[in-house]
Amino acid sequence: MPGLILLKNGRVIDPVNGIDQIQDVLIVDGRISAVAPPGTLSEQPGGLVFELDGKWVVPGLIDMHVHLREPGQEYKETIETGTRAAAAGGFTAVAAMPNTKPVNDNQTVTVFILAKAAKAGFAKVYPVGAISSGSKGDHLAEFGELRQAGVVAVTDDGLPVGNSQLMRRALEYAGDHDLLVISHAEEMTLSHSGAMNDGPLATRLGLRGIPHIAEEIMVYRDLALAEFTGRPIHIAHVSTRESLALIRRAKEKGVAVTAESAPHYFTLTEMAVDGYNTLAKMNPPLRTEADVAAVREALRDGTLDAIATDHAPHSELDKDMEFDLAANGIIGLETAVPLTLQLVRENQLDARRMVELLSVNPARILGVDGGSLSVGAPADIAVIDPEKKFVFSEESIQSKSRNSPFLGWEMQGKAVLTIMDGRITWQEPISS
Amino acid sequence: MDSEYRFSHKHILGLADLSAEDIQVVLQTADSFKEISSRSIKKVPTLRGKTIINFFFEPSTRTRLSFEVAAKRMSADTFNISNSGSSTVKGETLIDTARNLAAMNPDCIILRHPRSGAARLLADHIDASVINAGDGTHEHPSQGLLDLMTVREAKGGIAGLKIAIIGDIAHSRVAHSNIIGFSKMGASVTVSGPATLIPPGIEELGAQVSRTVMEAVDGADVIMALRIQKERQQDPLFPSLREYAKFFGVSHKVVAAAKPDAIIMHPGPINRGVELDPKVADGTRSVILEQVTNGVAVRMALIYLIMGGD
Ligand SMILES: [Zn+2]
Repeated sequence: MPGLILLKNGRVIDPVNGIDQIQDVLIVDGRISAVAPPGTLSEQPGGLVFELDGKWVVPGLIDMHVHLREPGQEYKETIETGTRAAAAGGFTAVAAMPNTKPVNDNQTVTVFILAKAAKAGFAKVYPVGAISSGSKGDHLAEFGELRQAGVVAVTDDGLPVGNSQLMRRALEYAGDHDLLVISHAEEMTLSHSGAMNDGPLATRLGLRGIPHIAEEIMVYRDLALAEFTGRPIHIAHVSTRESLALIRRAKEKGVAVTAESAPHYFTLTEMAVDGYNTLAKMNPPLRTEADVAAVREALRDGTLDAIATDHAPHSELDKDMEFDLAANGIIGLETAVPLTLQLVRENQLDARRMVELLSVNPARILGVDGGSLSVGAPADIAVIDPEKKFVFSEESIQSKSRNSPFLGWEMQGKAVLTIMDGRITWQEPISS
Repeated sequence: MDSEYRFSHKHILGLADLSAEDIQVVLQTADSFKEISSRSIKKVPTLRGKTIINFFFEPSTRTRLSFEVAAKRMSADTFNISNSGSSTVKGETLIDTARNLAAMNPDCIILRHPRSGAARLLADHIDASVINAGDGTHEHPSQGLLDLMTVREAKGGIAGLKIAIIGDIAHSRVAHSNIIGFSKMGASVTVSGPATLIPPGIEELGAQVSRTVMEAVDGADVIMALRIQKERQQDPLFPSLREYAKFFGVSHKVVAAAKPDAIIMHPGPINRGVELDPKVADGTRSVILEQVTNGVAVRMALIYLIMGGD
């Protein structure tokens, strides 16, 4: 039973309530009971007290794009291991993509996921349903029942909706059920069996390239459909400069578009795949320096609303092979905080913007709880030590999979305490 | 050459990994091995007791045979494992198969594989030396080296020559190795072909791109036609073999635009009448048969050098 927790002397960063100062936070029975100047809240007998000098106390992080692999591919990840990785990364909630086996295109799968998540208890899981049955791109999934079962958005992520008419109808019909439509933007006839970003490096490695226009053409189509239908759209894992320019222009026109990118797109270029490194193989692929710079700019100027990790666990069985054949994707939940903090240290983002990108905006876009430390709100909180240094190693990983291009990296910044509904879901030694 | 020099490569994965000096040593070693091939007894005991596995995932009679002859002439024990005979067709991965091969304690594995980077992957997972006999659309280093040897013999050197490579540059590992090799040795390389078959950034490997075949071969010392794969018509990369032959085939008219003593090369097997006019292929300037002979010598040199010969 969650009881009393007092977080003392931390830097509370709560953009929704306009707070960025040293405060104490009191948690009672799973909810935030008070946020007050240091020393003004009295310690209660039997309560837990954390001294958090130099630490950040922020609304629990929300990753709006993860692949938990359950049901169907439990050898890669389960809802339990995936949410534990989330907690270790400072996340109190994740949105689970529907490309499980079977696909989450009906209420039975949704109910299963929610039951597993409730039992695992390391993070809130918001299931995302499929746009089309089996994500095959032919018929609309039953959005109404999916919504009733607890789905918060729909996407065929992993695959684009190739049929423009189906995407139009999905946007229109999603409105009837108050569901967000998320676009995995990829023009498949252009990305066609590509393994990495198209360009000189792909030529040198003899790998088939995925040109940036494969993403941009589809981003443009989906922005046009959103404008045409008057319905909101969210663009997932944006990786190219021109995609961002298109989104920026659409926002200026008043199109209801939101967008996310992932830490790897603002940290790595395609050079990470040199030597046929399958740990850096993903879709969309890592791009160029100019694209990395554009993603950083877009995080600053608001073109991008969220940082989402696209956490995509794969075992060695899926990765340790010929580059062409290896699976796409990397794990991301446990490296998002240090990689985003790197942008803060480089003065590309400020702390408040980081919290907006990782918590406030994802909550708003998905229409779910969280994103603030308002009194009375569920106590979903991440305590981040921005100074803590660690080497991201296989031994430290909580996810069931280890597919990360950041293995061996020296990182700075770590969630040291994660609290969900007043319960501690992750804790590690806190320096004083 | 620097007397401190040692050929220090355990694997031959691509010409990108070799220095100009390394290439020079391979070519010189190949010259001396070529002499063996002209003797009546064509066998030396150099590699007696060594085991070499030819591991071919793609059909390739000529390259496999060339490596096999090279190994046998140096008295190595050779085994051939081909795609249909190996268990990879049953879903076993390249790495699993490599581990099984390791049980045979091979000294060297010669790998032909349809995926780029496969030779590197094998080298990372096995103790034996690995020679890349062609990986996907990446590299085919022994072919590049035998082409260098052939041009060096015909022209007395490589630096300063103009090499024109015509055809499917995008999907040709031969083209990639040749562009890298010839530019490392001081030649200038110009490529041409349908725009759909010229990959982005080919300049970074050392090639210039000409818009037309005639411009590419203008003043060339060497014309190399590449094999066009018939499947490419479906991709869609060009409309028909007929149209390809008409606009991108190496004909007498194309040859006439090169230097009067230009030589004609092709990595084989030739689609006669498509990328190469039969009269050109069989003409006096063709060195295509020399390429085959030199292939054995170059492969002997590579096996010898990586297996610690000194
Ligand atoms: Zn996706």
